Amino acid sequence: MSPRSSAIERLASPRPRPVEVLAWLLPALAFFLVPDNLALGVSIMTYAVAVLALDLVLGYAGIVSLGHAAFFGVGAYTAGLLAVQGWKEPLTGMLLAGAVSLALGFLASFLVVRGKDLTRLMVTLGIGLVVYELANRLSSVTGGMDGLSGFEIGPIFGVFSFDLYGRTAWWYVYGVLILVFVLLRLVVSSPFGLSLRAIREGVSRMPALGASVDHRLRTAFTLSAGVTGIAGGLLAQTTQFVGIDSLSVGRSADFLVMLVLGGTGRLYGALIGTTVFMIAHDYLADMNPVYWEFWMGLLLMAVVLFARGGVVGAGRRLLQTVKTKFARAAP
Amino acid sequence: MADLLKIEGLCSGYGQARVLDNISFSMRAGESLALLGRNGVGKSTLMRTLMGLTVRHSGSVRFAGIDLSNAPPHRRARAGLGWVPQERAMFPSLTVEEHLTTVARDGPWNLAAIYDVFPRLRERRSNLGNQLSGGEQQMVAIARALVTNPRLLLLDEPMEGLAPIIVQELAAVVGRLIREAGLSVIVVEQHARLALSMTARAIVLNRGQIVHESSSQELLDDGAKLGRLVAVA
Repeated sequence: MSPRSSAIERLASPRPRPVEVLAWLLPALAFFLVPDNLALGVSIMTYAVAVLALDLVLGYAGIVSLGHAAFFGVGAYTAGLLAVQGWKEPLTGMLLAGAVSLALGFLASFLVVRGKDLTRLMVTLGIGLVVYELANRLSSVTGGMDGLSGFEIGPIFGVFSFDLYGRTAWWYVYGVLILVFVLLRLVVSSPFGLSLRAIREGVSRMPALGASVDHRLRTAFTLSAGVTGIAGGLLAQTTQFVGIDSLSVGRSADFLVMLVLGGTGRLYGALIGTTVFMIAHDYLADMNPVYWEFWMGLLLMAVVLFARGGVVGAGRRLLQTVKTKFARAAP
Repeated sequence: MADLLKIEGLCSGYGQARVLDNISFSMRAGESLALLGRNGVGKSTLMRTLMGLTVRHSGSVRFAGIDLSNAPPHRRARAGLGWVPQERAMFPSLTVEEHLTTVARDGPWNLAAIYDVFPRLRERRSNLGNQLSGGEQQMVAIARALVTNPRLLLLDEPMEGLAPIIVQELAAVVGRLIREAGLSVIVVEQHARLALSMTARAIVLNRGQIVHESSSQELLDDGAKLGRLVAVA
């Protein structure tokens, strides 16, 4: 592999390439080609926001989190409760959802950066369980097992009302996804983002170069929590319902699976993994609503055992092989 | 002029094990020091102790007027200590240029200045850390410390395992850093004569203690003494 291509693989530059711009038009194409299944598109893009945020923590900072649903759910409840209380403006609602999760993530980050891999995994799992049970206990506020429903969301920019078919929701989430992607792209290609990689690859080296490892990991975790909260806010606003399972450990595990399916540490892996997971879910659950996770389990094992780097990693290697063959064939 | 670095009664090691025993010396800004001694006498441990990577049992480290005895490593680096570890420790997934921009702090040592001193790194700027030769890795390791714009550069066996021609090239660069850029440097080196030729002062360690301190020239002139103190390579 030439050094140049490997540098590109890592999104070293924040500048988008033409092929990327084209790729980002694909969802827009789907809007027009599959107009009767916009809801699936909306949920794919909503979860993609959360999985992108998880990639920052796992793929770049190297922290395995089994508690990101806590931030997702808190964001969802924040947006939902705001609407219940009459705050119907969607953009500020979404940003507040992100802000509350950001604050929670900031507090949690102090616990998370203590200890090493297994400790971190357990701490994030613990945070997820604690927040879930709190929401369950405070059923007078959160609706408990019944969830939060019966709220309305106002029009975007005061103009575009949410419609029954999910058209407005679709463009809304699409726009937020693009903004979040651009933001995270800037973060991971900044010196801060590079230092996260460096920390992952040589923790002992970074402090001696003047970087406080704990501080940087806390910053990454906090930012990730905030973005995850935005995803939760989007879910609440576009479905006008918040279920307690949005806080569940199962949801956290889904995020991890989506990311690993697509490939960690590349941002695009998060997008592709979420798409593959959600479409497979849709398809498999259609075939067999009860046992669909059986096939998902097989797919997950196949990917981690035989397709290192997830769908994106495997695809890239395949492309490389084809290119090499071509280069050899040509005189 | 006030001391840049002042170490007093420093004892340190790993856990309970003591490696350094009652080390005291000081350096002024712009001074260069060769730290010599046989294998395992505590040279690298002294460097690591300066960076806060060992257990300090007693004694103090003052740097640029600040007491760093209890400071964590990143505070020491920000205070102006630039450490080039023996093991080089590249980040495999960062390019050469990213190694340098990630930790850079404001000062005269920016990318342009680095590429001026190490033209080879400019050629290799988009290579990854694990695609470099030993000599190039060492250049990156030195450059990575320089872009933090340190007031004192700590070089731990920079020539180890390198081909003679690369050693010459690097020695010339380090010599330039000391003489022309006026950088304060401590060099730990197995090639005693090479280290002495680059520096003004020399300290020899044995079993964790300072057993000799003089000008570098004095040791260079007295080959017999140098041979006694260190196994000359």
